[in-house]
Amino acid sequence: MEPILAPESIDLIALAPVLVLSVFAMMVLVLDLWGGRNKTLLMFTSLVGLLMTAISAFAKHPIPAYSFNDSYVVDHLSLFFICIFTLSSALAILLSVEYNEREGIRAGEYYALILFCTVGMILLASSTDMIMIFLGIEIVSICLYVLAGIRRNDHRSNEAALKYFLLGAFATGFLLYGMTLVYGSTGSTNLFKIAEFVKNPSAQTNPLLLMGLVLLIIGFGFKVASVPFHMWAPDVYQGAPTPVTAFMSVGPKAAAFAAFFRVFAEAFPELSPSWELLLSIIAVLSMFVGNLGAIMQTNIKRMLAFSSISHAGYILMAVIAKSSLASSALLFYMLSYAFMTFGIFGIVIILGRKGEENLEMSNYSGLAYKHPVIALSMTIFLLSLGGLPPFAGFVAKFYLFSAAIQEGLLTLVIIAVLNSAISFYYYLKVVVFMYMKEPEAEFKISLTPMTLFVILVGVIGTINLGIFPNAIIALASH
Amino acid sequence: MFLTFITFLPFVGAVFLAFMPKENENAIKQTAVAVALTDFLLSLLLWTNFDNTTHKMQFGLNIPWIEAWGINYHVGLDGISLLLYVMTTFLTLICIIASWDVKKHIREYMMAMLALSTGMLGVFIALDLFMFYVFWEFQLVPMYIIVGVWGGPRRIYASIKFFLFTAVGSLLMLVAIIWIYFHIQQTTGVATADILYITEHLDVSLDVQKWLWMAFFLAFAIKVPMFPFHTWLPDAHVEAPTAGSVILAGVLLKMGTYGFLRFNLPFFPQASYEFVPMVAWLAIIGIIYGALVAMVQEDLKKLVAYSSVSHLGFVMLGIFALNPYGIQGALIQNINHGISTGALFLLVGILYDRRHTRLITEFGGLAKIMPKYTICFMIAALSSIGLPGMNGFVGEFLVLLGIFQVNGLWAAFATSGVILAACYILWMFQRVMFLELKNPKNMELKDMNTRELITIVPLIVLIFWIGLYPKPFMNTFDASVTHLVSKVNPDNFRPHQEHKSDSHGEHTQLLTPNEMASLNHKLQMPNKVLIKE
Repeated sequence: MEPILAPESIDLIALAPVLVLSVFAMMVLVLDLWGGRNKTLLMFTSLVGLLMTAISAFAKHPIPAYSFNDSYVVDHLSLFFICIFTLSSALAILLSVEYNEREGIRAGEYYALILFCTVGMILLASSTDMIMIFLGIEIVSICLYVLAGIRRNDHRSNEAALKYFLLGAFATGFLLYGMTLVYGSTGSTNLFKIAEFVKNPSAQTNPLLLMGLVLLIIGFGFKVASVPFHMWAPDVYQGAPTPVTAFMSVGPKAAAFAAFFRVFAEAFPELSPSWELLLSIIAVLSMFVGNLGAIMQTNIKRMLAFSSISHAGYILMAVIAKSSLASSALLFYMLSYAFMTFGIFGIVIILGRKGEENLEMSNYSGLAYKHPVIALSMTIFLLSLGGLPPFAGFVAKFYLFSAAIQEGLLTLVIIAVLNSAISFYYYLKVVVFMYMKEPEAEFKISLTPMTLFVILVGVIGTINLGIFPNAIIALASH
Repeated sequence: MFLTFITFLPFVGAVFLAFMPKENENAIKQTAVAVALTDFLLSLLLWTNFDNTTHKMQFGLNIPWIEAWGINYHVGLDGISLLLYVMTTFLTLICIIASWDVKKHIREYMMAMLALSTGMLGVFIALDLFMFYVFWEFQLVPMYIIVGVWGGPRRIYASIKFFLFTAVGSLLMLVAIIWIYFHIQQTTGVATADILYITEHLDVSLDVQKWLWMAFFLAFAIKVPMFPFHTWLPDAHVEAPTAGSVILAGVLLKMGTYGFLRFNLPFFPQASYEFVPMVAWLAIIGIIYGALVAMVQEDLKKLVAYSSVSHLGFVMLGIFALNPYGIQGALIQNINHGISTGALFLLVGILYDRRHTRLITEFGGLAKIMPKYTICFMIAALSSIGLPGMNGFVGEFLVLLGIFQVNGLWAAFATSGVILAACYILWMFQRVMFLELKNPKNMELKDMNTRELITIVPLIVLIFWIGLYPKPFMNTFDASVTHLVSKVNPDNFRPHQEHKSDSHGEHTQLLTPNEMASLNHKLQMPNKVLIKE
């Protein structure tokens, strides 16, 4: 391997978001020691840190800028992703404050973990070197293992953490093995060098390289929870504290997709005939298993877990299309997905109380007539997830399907739209409970301000991206 | 701007209602009526200001919406959409008045009604495919809620079925829309989803046309609904509250036929021509099957629902005659069906409100105790059959005239639908209104009250107006239909030449566009004939 750090290519300005966020994360750790039980300060510091990170991401001009021997890049994709990450982490923190208080989660490292996880996500989205990608994935995963199990006294939370850790470690093994094989057969871990090497026709039939590719797909497939590597998702989503569930179904997933997209669109476009079919099968399976699985669920968090599997299936189409339009579509999709998901989990949190989470769909019976605004917001999120206009989910799907059709993936798109139709069934099931059934018990909703704020942000984002998407589309499609 | 204002006024009204106190039911109802009435009156202004002589879009507005994709907020009305637009505001008003006695969640009900109105109006004015799709899907939600919340016992099943059926069809249409978008971008270099631009510039081979045509067909055929995609309709109709059924029959189904006229025919003329036999046979099956099934129904509402399947078969047959008579007949029949079936649903609803049953066997002899009701019912029923002098006759006559020029056999089959309609409607009428007044529960039934008369009488006026003097209606879409036919079917060809001798001699030769003009001149003929009756 070549030396990773050649002195002249160290570029701290490009690395600014990572550095800023790391500093803030450590600051949070230290403040936790001094601040005692006052968690407001930690939250405030974290939010400021995330804001600073988002700003510092734009420090580098002009883009795209490659540094650290072409292993770290500031480009359009990474900038937009950093915005999504900081936004989703900020929303996750806002969701957590009142939830943690209610459920008695006092750990100060909670916020630090979210920040460190975000650091990993930024690395993932900005890396153009396999080693860096691996580092990013590990940082993200380890933080998530802890976060999933942070409710130490709850056996579901423990189960989630353990399951996630065991399977995750296994998948990381696959990923690393894949990287090794790719390195072994191409002689480099750098995506551009690999791409250069793969142009050579004799490399394209190298069984070791192809094997490595398959292992990479398995590793990434696990991280984005696509079928058949999805088994962990429902249990972990259900067991993890709700804000963490929301967080990990947006940020880390988006980061994994960013890396997934980068690796396959930048390093292996030449090999696309060999991986396109495999990814298509995974995408189709994810859609079907996710949607059909979600139909069976009565627990809302499990339903959302399966729905997120199906969304992974849709998003995989962007990786398969691998055009510049596809990358913009991926960005737009992840952003709108962030708004919808945080909004919906915000409502899930609001409906719960200490000890009783009220996660069954039947707990939502008659909600529309007791709390019409909450029910309407929930309806908006659900319909948007299904892809109904005029909400963000529709524009996102339109974007994604457009990218796929442009690349001639017509069959895949037809399967995807049929799946969208299936998905309406279970999204509407919640609407049925909220609007068409009588309440079963008295609602004891805790209308806490910060959670409400997150829901409001979700609603505004979902509607705004659905009706006036022009500005964001222009940003996403450079 | 004016058009946009009228379209979104109901939605604004719905938002306004959201802030009214739930307890003050009367104020809520009055506000809803005021909004709907204003909207209707304003839409009448559109009609009076409409220029009949041109097929061009009027009251247009075209401003950028999603510039990055070249998608515009482009609206406008032409002869094909104008009447449907006015009918939408009209039926919304009628439905809101008819829903006066809704007990449950009246505020939410009125909000859903008004939001639905905006969704439907948007479908008819959209001149951008993206925008059309947005409205097309959006109006599903309020309708879904109306059926699901205020419907009958099986409302949840019916509402989800309604939603999913429509969603499957329209999502495939979405794929076709995206495909067209890229195709236009590649061939003309312009990124746009503008319907008028696409109509002008879409140039694809017949094979591709057929695929795209199928995608659009599926969306609209489910909506119409054509046999065999009709199974959602009886469920939705039976479970929906009265006003929901009226809107469903009056406007939502028309969105399907409108889609054929706006998209399938002008976008894919060759494919449309190729598919004429298929559509015609499906329509004929629908006409006869719908009528036969209607005949054996025990539930009044189900009977009317199946009669819808039959009536819409006529509309489809008229559209795919691909000649001026047929399309004019289809358009006028669109309106007729909204009026007479709407009236029938309202009347069935009135009976249901009193007796909480719709089984035909429960009734009998109502004529003796409900004379006003019986007269109204009779007029609506006869109009549905197509008695000369009433609106149904004008439409069915034109459709049959149009299809006869294409294929005499099809016309013969379709005519049998008219006869069957007379059977099921009159038989039902006899069993409900005449016979002996045996059932003691019916002895005390009250006749229609003033509010109910207010909802029915305008429809009856329209039934006779269109039946006796259809000219103002026909004139609105004359120019648009001529233009459409000249585009779709420039030769006004007859697919089945062997029937040449059967049809009207002078019309059977292949006509050049010039001769078309003279033919269109003759189109005024049926009107004049009818006026004399």
